[in-house]
Amino acid sequence: MEKTNNKIRITIDGKRTYVTKGSTIVEAAKENGIYIPTLCHFEGADPKACCRMCTVKINNRMMTSCTTPVTEGMEIENDTEELNEVRKSIIELLFVSGNHFCPACEKSGNCELQALAYRYKMLVPRFPYSFPRKEVDASSPKIIKEQNRCIACKRCIKTIRDEHGKHYFAYKNRGQHLEVILDPVLGDTMPDDLAKKAMENCPVGSILYKEKGFDQPIGTRKYDKQPIGSEIENNV
Amino acid sequence: MNKKILATTSLAGCFGCHMSILDIDERILDLIELVEFNKSPIDDIKKFTKPVDIGIIEGGCCNSENVEILKYFRENCKILVSLGECAIMGGLPAMRNGIPIEECLKEAYIDGPTVQENKEHILPNDEELPLLLDQVYPCHEIVKIDYFLPGCPPRADLIWNALYALITDNPMEIPYEVVKFD
Ligand code: SF4
Ligand code: SF4
Repeated sequence: MEKTNNKIRITIDGKRTYVTKGSTIVEAAKENGIYIPTLCHFEGADPKACCRMCTVKINNRMMTSCTTPVTEGMEIENDTEELNEVRKSIIELLFVSGNHFCPACEKSGNCELQALAYRYKMLVPRFPYSFPRKEVDASSPKIIKEQNRCIACKRCIKTIRDEHGKHYFAYKNRGQHLEVILDPVLGDTMPDDLAKKAMENCPVGSILYKEKGFDQPIGTRKYDKQPIGSEIENNV
Repeated sequence: MNKKILATTSLAGCFGCHMSILDIDERILDLIELVEFNKSPIDDIKKFTKPVDIGIIEGGCCNSENVEILKYFRENCKILVSLGECAIMGGLPAMRNGIPIEECLKEAYIDGPTVQENKEHILPNDEELPLLLDQVYPCHEIVKIDYFLPGCPPRADLIWNALYALITDNPMEIPYEVVKFD
């Protein structure tokens, strides 16, 4: 990318690039065809940095790149063995802390958590499985909320609202009992397109649009052939 | 070259992983040149008759018999491979994990909507039956497992690539498309 007035210079893994002033590291990297993995972040919504997948190293310190703005001369480590190992361990923690039975999951093949596991070559988590007991809430007319697979990323809370800005999804309980639930009252009258959007925006298979089953043959799903992030890397 | 000795078993699995081994198609002829099968449902050898190089485990551990066989494999195999989701993480049988065992048995044999004839409310209690464990365990939480090949079932190409590498002592090639959890 050329240097112009609203551009600043940074380096990512030793590669010098010019990026838009005021952007975050994730955005700046993307602008240059460099993939930094994200999971809780949803483009267009405020980053919350709760999953830590986008951890990079700046001046020997680990930082979340979805919330850190670029500054002139910044030197960023991204695709290193150490950081990829950190990311892999986060993915593994997410797998063992829920119940992820991928073979029986409607989102399998299109799921971002699973796709990250593929990209970072998780064959088995290094942590013991916790097999927590979770509920499946199918009481709303449009949506099934599958708590076994929720990673509490807040994407649904942030992006699914009605015309007055009211949230359809909310937190319930705290700490290890924390759950993201669908508001039972609002959920009753949820419009169809919003219910579909909720399923799309959820990175995993925790929000399911009712009566939609397995409709894509294996081999044609989003991450069957191409790793997550390749859409950014192939777009230089 | 001395043939490597292979053994396989299906614990709490559905035999789909074994079917996927057969899915290597005509490469099965190459495999037969490279290995000799010992204890396996494929040849119905029940007890190990010699030390085994590679033991392939399908299925997790849901009862006492699964644990016994898995330990028997560990004692007799140099390398153990967990093949498929059930061996690696319990798989679909592990959907009962987190639910107390009594509740599961009651649902299956007494209260379930499809139960028709069980007026005396009997739960299976024959001494011949292996005891159910409190939950389904991934194999590596019972014994040491050396390699993991995910999939439900694992793609035939993954099985072939991995077996070929292990048999010929070459590094394993795992292309992106062949490692899937479903
Ligand atoms: S949500 Fe993703 S990781 Fe979890 S079971 Fe479904 S496909 Fe697998
Ligand atoms: S339901 Fe989906 S989008 Fe909402 S917090 Fe859970 S994982 Fe995230």
